[in-house]
Amino acid sequence: MNKNNKKRMRITTILLKTLSLVSILIVYSCDTDETQTVATFSNLTMADEFDVEGAPNSEIWNFDIGTGPNLDGWGNNELQYYTDRSENVTVQNGLLVITAIEEDYNGSSHTSAKLITKGKFSQAYGRFEARIKVPGGSGLWPAFWLLGENVDVDGWPQCGEIDIMEYRRQEPTKVSGSIHGPGYSGLTDPQGQVTKSYDLGNDRYDADFHIFGIEWGPEYINYYIDDVLYNQITPSDIVVTPADAVYTLNDGVEAAEATEDSPAIEAVEPTDVTGDWVFNKPFYIIINLAVGGNFPGNPDSGETFPQNMLVDYVRVYKQ
Amino acid sequence: MKNIKFMYSKIILLTGLLLVVMTSCERDISDQIEFAHLAKSGEIFTDSPIGLGSDFYFPYLGSKADAWSVDENEGYESAASMRFDVPNENDPEGTYAGAIFRVDGAGRDLTEFDALTFWAKASQGVAIGEIGFGQDFGLNKYQVNETNLSLSTNWQKYVIPIPDASKLFDERGLFWYSAGTQNTGGNAYTFWIDELKFEKLGTIGQLRPAIENGEDVVKDVFAGISLELSNLTQTFNLGNGRNKTVNVAPSYFDFKSSAPHISFVDEFGVINVSNGTAVVTASLAGVEAEGSLTINAVGEFELAPAPTRNAADVISVFSDTYENIPVDYFNGYWEPYQTTLGGEIIIDGQDVIKFSNFNFVGTKLTTPLDISEMTHFSIDILMPVVLPTDIDMLIVLKNENTAETTLQQQRIGGQTYQWSDQTGDINDTETNATFETGGVWKTFKIPLRPTSETGLDKTGVNLIIIERIKSSNVTDLHIDNMYFFKE
Repeated sequence: MNKNNKKRMRITTILLKTLSLVSILIVYSCDTDETQTVATFSNLTMADEFDVEGAPNSEIWNFDIGTGPNLDGWGNNELQYYTDRSENVTVQNGLLVITAIEEDYNGSSHTSAKLITKGKFSQAYGRFEARIKVPGGSGLWPAFWLLGENVDVDGWPQCGEIDIMEYRRQEPTKVSGSIHGPGYSGLTDPQGQVTKSYDLGNDRYDADFHIFGIEWGPEYINYYIDDVLYNQITPSDIVVTPADAVYTLNDGVEAAEATEDSPAIEAVEPTDVTGDWVFNKPFYIIINLAVGGNFPGNPDSGETFPQNMLVDYVRVYKQ
Repeated sequence: MKNIKFMYSKIILLTGLLLVVMTSCERDISDQIEFAHLAKSGEIFTDSPIGLGSDFYFPYLGSKADAWSVDENEGYESAASMRFDVPNENDPEGTYAGAIFRVDGAGRDLTEFDALTFWAKASQGVAIGEIGFGQDFGLNKYQVNETNLSLSTNWQKYVIPIPDASKLFDERGLFWYSAGTQNTGGNAYTFWIDELKFEKLGTIGQLRPAIENGEDVVKDVFAGISLELSNLTQTFNLGNGRNKTVNVAPSYFDFKSSAPHISFVDEFGVINVSNGTAVVTASLAGVEAEGSLTINAVGEFELAPAPTRNAADVISVFSDTYENIPVDYFNGYWEPYQTTLGGEIIIDGQDVIKFSNFNFVGTKLTTPLDISEMTHFSIDILMPVVLPTDIDMLIVLKNENTAETTLQQQRIGGQTYQWSDQTGDINDTETNATFETGGVWKTFKIPLRPTSETGLDKTGVNLIIIERIKSSNVTDLHIDNMYFFKE
């Protein structure tokens, strides 16, 4: 499957240069399961190449500080206390360096950093990508993700979340890309988050830099790593209504002859009821390195610290 | 290719004479040049041994020589596999299975691989004592092994990573194993290995080498001695996210001494010590190893005092004072669970036995010895300058010549441990069973008790075993003057 994707992506790249979008769609239409809507997002709207040494550019980045609004490890039992100290976050040698340190700090066992563009940059749709080298240690949770900018008004998961890259050492050859929203938050029934991971096969993510990105339009989010398009999520992948909404799932109706008591019933095909697609508004960017927590588990005893997450660049494009 | 093309164009453009001049000049070696290489194939066994030649299987001494065979009824998705029949512990042809697979001919170039991999299963759930590569019955320079490899009754893939493949440019020792019946109650079992090969997985990362178990160890030793670094390991993270630690031969490491003139480390991890203090650290493939060894050399080594008993009353096993009876060895290196290293060394012209990484060790007499006339066994033991916190050892005199093995055990150093009837305590006034000071020779005179108490048949003693009781932390000791005497 991934091989196929790779092949298609290459075809696409060639075709993009010579043919029209229509032709590309024809190529894709030969396999409905792998249908990808491809758009070109080539106008740069935001980029941080991390070329200026010292603290990250304050015109782009804010920081989340501490252990989360409910003091519960950001809702995931994470171990770190986020700071904006240079020990935890700095730009050097053309790279953003986020450093997880094992230390007693304000009641936490580790420190690290979480950069957000909230209030400084957000955008609906486009291409969001970053070139990242994840740290290799156990019990770490590096992530590059987006959150709906209405999070403070509508809360999570109503605001929507687009995870472009999440990694844990349990699966060193895989990263996952996911969306979370109302009814498919991953924490609540009836549907889990919509997710897919990409396996490098004969390589591991902590060995080198990789480009993690999405191409996001009104009706789709395409996920890619380096030159491989590996998933597309569309509203049809959401098969539930919000968990707190009143709805009837249509299971279909069998046909029945008319009787004395009732008229004939026509057959009705079952249909899925689609939940809310909450990805039609601006989202802001988050890059962080969590320690421990529900996803990676705690670090092995004796794990080496500090551990670094390196980011070469973050770039956002629009059509 | 660029360089070659460039040269071809020169050949065409320039005259033959110029070409001769060019080739006769000393030039840098082109990066396109190809040196003659050894075979780069990684396969060892698929459905049959691959490229090993005809004479490649070398069993260990004391192991069952025909434990290995090719089984054409079993295989991992194939018609055949390697079958290993580990014998019962009382098998007269060998009490365990173990051997090296060494290429019969030129070595292989394994530099492009990152792991030895294979599929394996066993007739019952069992742990294979040791399994690895790099043992060639030569210097065993690049030996690697995993201990207690757990096999189940279903085929499963196993990965033993290579610590630093750049070292394996000419390797003949492609595979070795040693399997006993310690955890099957002495009962035989079978295991199979298939698809045995070196592979480039690409999924192995997070290299974490360590020396001395990753701890900062301090040793107070005598100047003039040599000691070996121990517990050298490399920990990897595999493609399944799990860590794996393997034992690694010293030659994979680069050692560094803070004061080479005081403590010099050679490529085999042997440190020669002069007076003073030095810290030994290491790296493997450019990664700094966890752990260090700080060596404080304090004063010269003192030899054990020479025994004074009349030679007519003595049968000596090891001593410079008396004539010794012949022995086969002072350290049998018994597979698979003995860790003890060392044996006979010479210090200041005197013979001394030095053991490190001690758990148990045995001296085997060439001819069974009749000690019926003797009243004591005497042995001199030297503990390190800093005494271990828990010294608890057994000295066992064994007669393995009769149908039933008989023995007398003597506990020394321990305080409270209860043993069987075969064990005696040294409570007489002449001999004290404990060590009070490190760095000072201590003589133990062990009374030879009546056969009616111990069961030992004194007419044919042929083994003297020294072992550590499990909780004890004795690791290094010197031994001298082992002899039987009569009062």
